[in-house]
Order: sequence, then structure tokens, then C-alpha cells
Amino acid sequence: MYETNYHRASSVEDAVRLKSSAEEGKYLAGGMTLIATMKQRLAAPGDLVDIRHIAGLKFISVTGRSVRIGAATTHYDVASSPELKAICPAICDLAHHIGDPHVRHMGTIGGSVANNDPAADYPAALLALDAVIVTNQREIGAADFFTGLFETALEEGEMIVAIAFEAPERAAYAKFRNPASRYAMTGVFVARRDSGDVRVAVTGAGADGVFRHAGMEAALAQNWSPDALSGATTDPADLLSDLHASSEYRAQLVKVMAKRAVAAA
Amino acid sequence: MGVEGIGASVARKEDKRFLTGKGRYTDDMSVPGMKYAFFVRSPHAHARIKSIDLSAASDMPGVIGILEGKQLQADAIGNIICGWMIHSKDGSPMKMGAWRPLAHETVRYVGDAVAIVVADSLGEARDAAEAVVVDYEVLPAVTEALQALEAGQPQLHPEAPNNLIFDWQIGDGAATDKAIGEAAHVTEITLRNNRLAPNPMEPRATLGIYDSAEDHYTCYTTSQNPHVARLVMSAFYNVAPENKLRVIAPDVGGGFGSKIYIYPEEIVCLWASKKTGVPVKWTCDRTEAFLTDAHGRDHVSTVKMAFDRDHRIIGLKVDTIANLGAYMSLFSSAVPTYLYATLLSGQYAIPAIHANVRTVYTNTVPVDAYRGAGRPEATYLLERTMETAARELGVSPAELRRKNFVRTFPYQTPVIMNYDAGDYEASLEAAMASADWNGFAARKAEAAGRGMKRGIGMSCYIEACGIAPSAAVGSLGAGVGLWESAEVRVNAVGTIEVMTGSHSHGQGHETTFAQLIADRFGIPIDNVNIVHGDTDKVQMGMGTYGSRSGAVGMSAVVKALDKVEAKAKKIAAHLMEADESDIVIENGELKVAGTDKTLPWFQVALAAYTAHNLPPGMEPGLKEGAFYDPSNFTFPAGCYICEVEVDPETGKTEIVQFVAADDFGNIINPMIVEGQVHGGIAQGVGQALLENVHYDPQNGQLITASYMDYAMPRADDLPSFKLSHQNTPCPSNPLGIKGCGEAGAIGSPPALMNAITDAIGNNDLTMPATPQKVWSALNAAN
Repeated sequence: MYETNYHRASSVEDAVRLKSSAEEGKYLAGGMTLIATMKQRLAAPGDLVDIRHIAGLKFISVTGRSVRIGAATTHYDVASSPELKAICPAICDLAHHIGDPHVRHMGTIGGSVANNDPAADYPAALLALDAVIVTNQREIGAADFFTGLFETALEEGEMIVAIAFEAPERAAYAKFRNPASRYAMTGVFVARRDSGDVRVAVTGAGADGVFRHAGMEAALAQNWSPDALSGATTDPADLLSDLHASSEYRAQLVKVMAKRAVAAA
Repeated sequence: MGVEGIGASVARKEDKRFLTGKGRYTDDMSVPGMKYAFFVRSPHAHARIKSIDLSAASDMPGVIGILEGKQLQADAIGNIICGWMIHSKDGSPMKMGAWRPLAHETVRYVGDAVAIVVADSLGEARDAAEAVVVDYEVLPAVTEALQALEAGQPQLHPEAPNNLIFDWQIGDGAATDKAIGEAAHVTEITLRNNRLAPNPMEPRATLGIYDSAEDHYTCYTTSQNPHVARLVMSAFYNVAPENKLRVIAPDVGGGFGSKIYIYPEEIVCLWASKKTGVPVKWTCDRTEAFLTDAHGRDHVSTVKMAFDRDHRIIGLKVDTIANLGAYMSLFSSAVPTYLYATLLSGQYAIPAIHANVRTVYTNTVPVDAYRGAGRPEATYLLERTMETAARELGVSPAELRRKNFVRTFPYQTPVIMNYDAGDYEASLEAAMASADWNGFAARKAEAAGRGMKRGIGMSCYIEACGIAPSAAVGSLGAGVGLWESAEVRVNAVGTIEVMTGSHSHGQGHETTFAQLIADRFGIPIDNVNIVHGDTDKVQMGMGTYGSRSGAVGMSAVVKALDKVEAKAKKIAAHLMEADESDIVIENGELKVAGTDKTLPWFQVALAAYTAHNLPPGMEPGLKEGAFYDPSNFTFPAGCYICEVEVDPETGKTEIVQFVAADDFGNIINPMIVEGQVHGGIAQGVGQALLENVHYDPQNGQLITASYMDYAMPRADDLPSFKLSHQNTPCPSNPLGIKGCGEAGAIGSPPALMNAITDAIGNNDLTMPATPQKVWSALNAAN
């Protein structure tokens, strides 16, 4: 790790001020990716602004089916929230299977979403839940937020303060882990609302990051059952291919994980 | 046996310090004035060094010195050598290319060390290392052994045309060809033994300390054999004469073979300490470990196994190509030859065997012994071939093995080994009973009902431990003897120190060695200290690898104990006015048999040191040493059965049952032995299902350089193992023990691969059987 200055922000305004006054500042929201990258000297921010201790960013509020999660809420807190579990167990289950216990107690939903790792779990959930990413400046729909591998719609200095969504009636997440990293080699989040709206979002597999699967959504809107996906296809040309999984194998995993998610929802 | 003697599952004495974070590892060592080293390493797999510019780096904050290979050569520090001479079948010696501790002409793998930076802090050393400018002329690289032998490929060493190090053979080629020609059936198969990174929990580290007043060096290092390190650094690398070089391997957190060898870093840090005038510490980080720790395995073999009409094996022909990486590491030549091809008879009576082995240079990190070292390669080859043959012949894999077992001992194989004792049928029977082999069909049907493909596979392994005797290995090319030493020092109050040349880096020697003393004299193991890992405390030793510490190291202790016991009995007989032959030792007392005369152990020890009343002519003191050179290898053997379920939708394999039936001879501490088997199986499962070193074949970059891409086995990848032990005591050492450290890693990969290929109905599957590969193989079969 190169030398860096650590700042602990006391409020959102404080964080924005600290970062804007730094030459090459970075928000630190758990650091489960950033710190590891810095240790390898692949990232070298001059200043780290730690937002994990801002009290106003650590909360889970559930009103009816409306959910709001503060950006600095840890995966552990999401996984173990009884209020959340009562109306959207899928998001708790997803959080419970991120990384390992250390990661779940340090990593935060805001950090994960802002990083938009193509193998991260939360982006699939947010896309399928039609969530809104609330920043210190505006609200951004998930569909507009995730713009590519490690890319988001966040502007310089803009900071996520909360994630908001309406809990669907049914939802589930199924992932197949990379044998080495245990990140999602393919993860599929499905959500169905009583209105008939169905969303299927895929992480870990897309060549451009998280994506919605229109074919599967159409099939499931007709018939909400695993069998409805038997004829669904995913073009391998749109998928990642690496040492651990070819795009053809990932296409198979997309289908299998989607079926399993529907069965579990 | 007593509560702490031989055969008792005594809790490990050393665990308190390990489990409470009080272990003292090399990186924990700190001395006044100590500074930190960081190595400048090649980012290229193959390149010529045009120039090295240290000027900018030398001006960086905190830098004390930056040293490069030219200076090392000017100081006559020697090249790193391979310590086992192998001759090709044409009689020519192996082609050893120069391995400079710091390269200054050519780099041959990503991670090859080029310079050392010594600075006040590790961060400053690393910053300065980044400022060292090395001008490379990048050369084409080759990473696959088969490819490296082809015409027109990059050449690594001028000494080795076509990258061929040696072309060696063993056995009777003509007789084997004849058997194959006359066979009723020949099973042919090509097998790849994947390349593995050793991954001990503690990365390598070293602290070099030069004392200018005494012209003396101290080397703390993560070594499995500190005496061999001192010998080699003194005799071959010209670091310092032995009396001016102390090597200490304190607590060491796992080795698996990778800490046997002498690496550039120990040599360079000692030399750099003298050059810079400060103690120099280097600690490897994890990616550096992937890049520079000697890897294991990496064989490609073709096999022909010939059977007669009765399904008896009449011949075995093997052709193996072994990738040794960019340079020849310390025992790299022995692993694919005498530690591999000599085990190709397995548990079977095979009248004719011939193996040809070619070893090859590639632009990858050196390959050397890794848990099992040659025996896993032989076992994988034989047991995958046996399973394949059983399928081809339409017979049960158990019956085919039974029919071919060696059943009378001693048994001379056609490939040097002389098996001294064993009962292979007993382990097979025990494993099959434990696994409910006969109930498999019902379990398979039940799994099919759930949409899962269930398979079962077995593996009957034999291995050779306690490699010996020294004269024999010397005649085969070994540069060292393979005996062990021990010294038993009874203190005046009766407590005991045992100095051993074995080295514990996870094996539990501080407990098991102490159990020998408890067993012999009936004193508590808390009164016994095991001293190891320091060349100033232990005179000489050969270290720990190849499951040798029990069979060889403990046998040396037994020999020394015999001498201590004899002297103690003489003293006791004299003090109690009895005949020496009437003295017995029980429960910490020396007694005159048939009388009520006794002396506590400590009084005899005290008498030896007060020397007021010793037998006439006897020297004071109670301290004896011994060197033990075994008369033969030991031959642990056993049968492993693995049962899996494959998810046909994802290709994911779940191990639903794993049975290990091992014959380790006599056992000192069953709990520790079980721990060794558990760990060994976990490593074998790692090789078969998860682990693989992958270099980019185009540019030689290591792709699997972190745990993001290199898959280690985790607890949830493993089932609960069902273990049992059979016992045919080893006749060639006084304790009758065979060794257990590597069996799990040797026996498990073929059992697992036989089970998976059985489940999916396709034998064309390479390790590691990742979900993707299994899914593809399943689709290819359908």
C-alpha cells in the first residue's frame, strides 16, 4: 500500500467536503475491495474518506412494503434484519451469502453498489427490485445506475446515501459461486409483483455487467414456474468468458440459477 | 502403552502456543538494527537483461542498499544447484542450467529475482524497488512441457538443447513390449497430473544477520531442514563455512515440501546483510509465494497396461514428460524418477514394467517435491488405469485389484523397490465394508430419483517413506545421506531434552517424540522437551519430508534411548547392588525384578551427575546420541473409496462419502495420525476438484496468482471422513512404523476421479474436475 491519508467523516456534508478538498480522494464504505486493491498497489488514492461511521447512513426502515436501507448498512445487518426478512427475505438471503463473516461485518450495501463489481450480488437484486439509488444529489433508478463493468452513473463527488425499493410479493436469488473466489460466477435474482410485473436480473455473467433477461421475464410473466424457463436461451456472445467458466457454460448457469430462484421464490 | 505412551491420543503439547498466537515464526524474529528487503522481480517469463539502472532507486527515502547479480557473482556466491544426479539412458548427465540467485543476464520465469532493495521500512523498500529500472529484451516464452520439446520453441538454457534435461528410463523395455504384444487386452490412457501451488499457511521468510566482529552469519528461515540448508549454503553457495553459519528454523507454519529447498532469498539476504552492514529480513507475500515457491506435479503420461486372459497384469509401459520449470530445484530430478517410477508396480504383482521419463525446462517457476512427491503421480497413473481397465474388461474394480495384489512378502518389484510387509486385501475389505460398497446400486438409484448422478471409485495406493538406506540412495545419485540423528540428554533431576534432526512444521513432533520417552521411562511428557530446528543446538540432521520423521527420526531417538537405558540400568544395578539384567523400568522407577527394591528415575539421573557412586570406570553424566540409517524404505499402503453426486445441470460435484483404510504399521498417536490423513485427503481433494496453476501459454504470465483464481479446498468442500487402520508392522525399523504424512494426498485424487468418471459415464476428464469441465464431459458423453 502506498501512503494515504485517512479521514473519518461525521456527516454526509463532512464527507463531501473532505473528498472535494482532497486531490485524489476516495470514499471508503467498508473497503472490502478497495483496501485489498490498495494493498496490491493497484489503487493509490491520496485520501480515504471513511463514511462507514456516519450515523445517518446506517439504518433499515420498512414502512408497509417500502424499504429504505442506509448506504453504510453492513451486509450482516441486512442479512439479520427481522423487519426486512418479514417482507423481502430474498435480500436478506443474498446478503447472508456475500463473502465470509468478516466481509459481511465490514462491507456495506452502498460500497458494493458503488463499486459495481460484475460478480457482486447486490446489483442483481437492485435491478430486479427496480430499486432507486439515493445520492446526496438525486435519485437514480437502478436501470440507469449500473452502466458497465465497475462503472456507475455516479458523478464526481456524488455519494450514495440510501437504497430504496418496494418489496415485491415474491423474490429469490440463486447463485453459483466461482470455486476460487466464491464470488457469483452467475447469480440470478427474480422478482414478481402482484401486478404481474416480473424481473430477472443476472450478475456475474454479463460481458457488460449486471443485466435484465428480457426473454426470461416474458416467459415468467406468462407462467411463473421453473418449467417456463426450459426454452429460455442466453446468447453466449453477451456473456463473460474466463479461466473458470466459458460463456457457453455461463449461459447454462443463467438458466439453471433462474429456475432455482423461481423455485425458491 | 500408558496414558502418554506409544498408541495414546495425547493432545498436542505445541497447540497451546499455536492456538493462542504465541508461536514464534521467522517473521516474528526481530533484532536490533534490522532492516527490510524487497526483491525486484522479472515481470517477464523470458527476457534478456540489457541493463539495470539503480540510480533513481538509490536516492529514494530510507534506502540502505540495492544489490544486483553482478555483485553477487563478483563475491563468488554460487549458483543454486540440484542435489540429485540423474543420468539419461545414453549415459549423459542431466543438463543443469545456471540458476543465479539474482539474475543479471537472463530471466526465465515471472518472479525471477533480479535485485534486492534493503531499506528502513518494507514500504520504502518496495517504493525503491519500483524505481529500479531494468531494461529487458523480451524473448518468446514456453510454459507447457510437451510444447517445449518441439522444434523451434524458445530455448531456456544453452546446456539443454530442446529444453530436455534428461531422458531416463527404468525397468525392462524389451520384456514389457513382449508382454504387451502377447496380451489378451491392453488398456491405453493418457493422463495429466495437474500443476499445484503449495500454499503453506505461513509464507516463506528469512532473516539474515551478519556479525562482523565474529565474521559469523545467522540465518532464520522457514525451512523443513535447516541442517541441509546450512550444508548446501556452505558447501555449494560459498555463503560461509559451516562453523560460521548458524541456521535456525523456528516455528514453521506448514511446508508440504516447498520449504525443503534453498531459495535465492536466504542466500541473498545473508550476503546482503554483510554488504549493507545491517540484519536483513524478507517476508514473502501471498502473490509472491504463488510466483516463487516451487510448484508440484505437472506430468503428462501415456500408459499401456497389458492383461492376460485371466485379467492378470503382465506388463506396464509408461511414458512421462515432467515439467521442471525454469531451473532445477534441489530435489527436482529425483521426484519424477526415483520417487515416482519406482512405485509403478503399485500394490500389484507385475512381471514387466518399463518407464521412460523426460524432464523439461519451461518458463515457469521451478517444480519440485510437493506432499507425496512422485508417489501421487504414480498412484494417480496406476489407479486411474486400473479403473479404466476394469470398465473395459467388464469386471468389478475390486476384483481386478484383488486378482493382482502382491500377497507374499518380501516382494521384489521390477522397479527397484522391495516391499517388506503389507496386507492389501485387508485394507480393501475394510474400506469396502465401511463404504457399504454393496449398497451402492441402491444409493445410485435413489440419487437418480432426485436427478443426481452418483458414482463410486476406489484407489489402492502404496507409497514409500523414509527414503533409504543412504548407501542405496547415494548409488542412485543422491547428493546427501538420508539417515537421522538424535541425542537424548537426561538432566540431573531426571527431566529430558531430545535433540532431533527432524523438523516439525505442523506434524506434532513435540508431542509424539515425547511419547517415546514417556513410553520407555514412564515419565510425564511434560518432563520432556523436544529440541529441533537450530544448527547450534542439534549437531546434524536431514530434516522432515517424505513422511520420514517417524520411521527414521524416531528410530534414531530409539537408538539413543537404548543407550541411555543401558547406562541407567548399570547405575541402578550398582546402587541397588543387583545384577544389571534384573533391572526393569516401570512407571518412572528402576526396579530389581522380583524384589521390592526401587529407585525413582530422577535419583538415577542425579547419581549419574553427582558421580559419587558410579560403577568403576563409568563416565559421569547421562547423555547419549545416535545416528540411524534405515535398512529399507517403509511402504504404507491402503485403500480409499470415494462416492460422489454430480449435479448434471451445473456439473458441480459433491463428495457424499470418503473412506480411508490405511496401513501405517504401528501408530504412536492415533489422533495426530488421523489429523495427517484428514489434511492429506483435503489436499488430494484440492488437486482433484479445485486447484490448478495456470500460466498464460502466450506470454508466461501466471494467471492464478491469488486466491481469487487459485481455488483452495475449504471445509465445506469436504465430507466427514471415515477412517480405519490396518497394521502390518514395518520390519525394518525398531518401532514398526511406516509414516502417514502424505498418504491422504497420494491415495485420494484417483479415488475421486474414478468416482466422478463413474458418475458421468465419461472417462475423459482431467484434474481439477471443475464444475465446468464435468458439465462439458457429461454433455460429451450424452
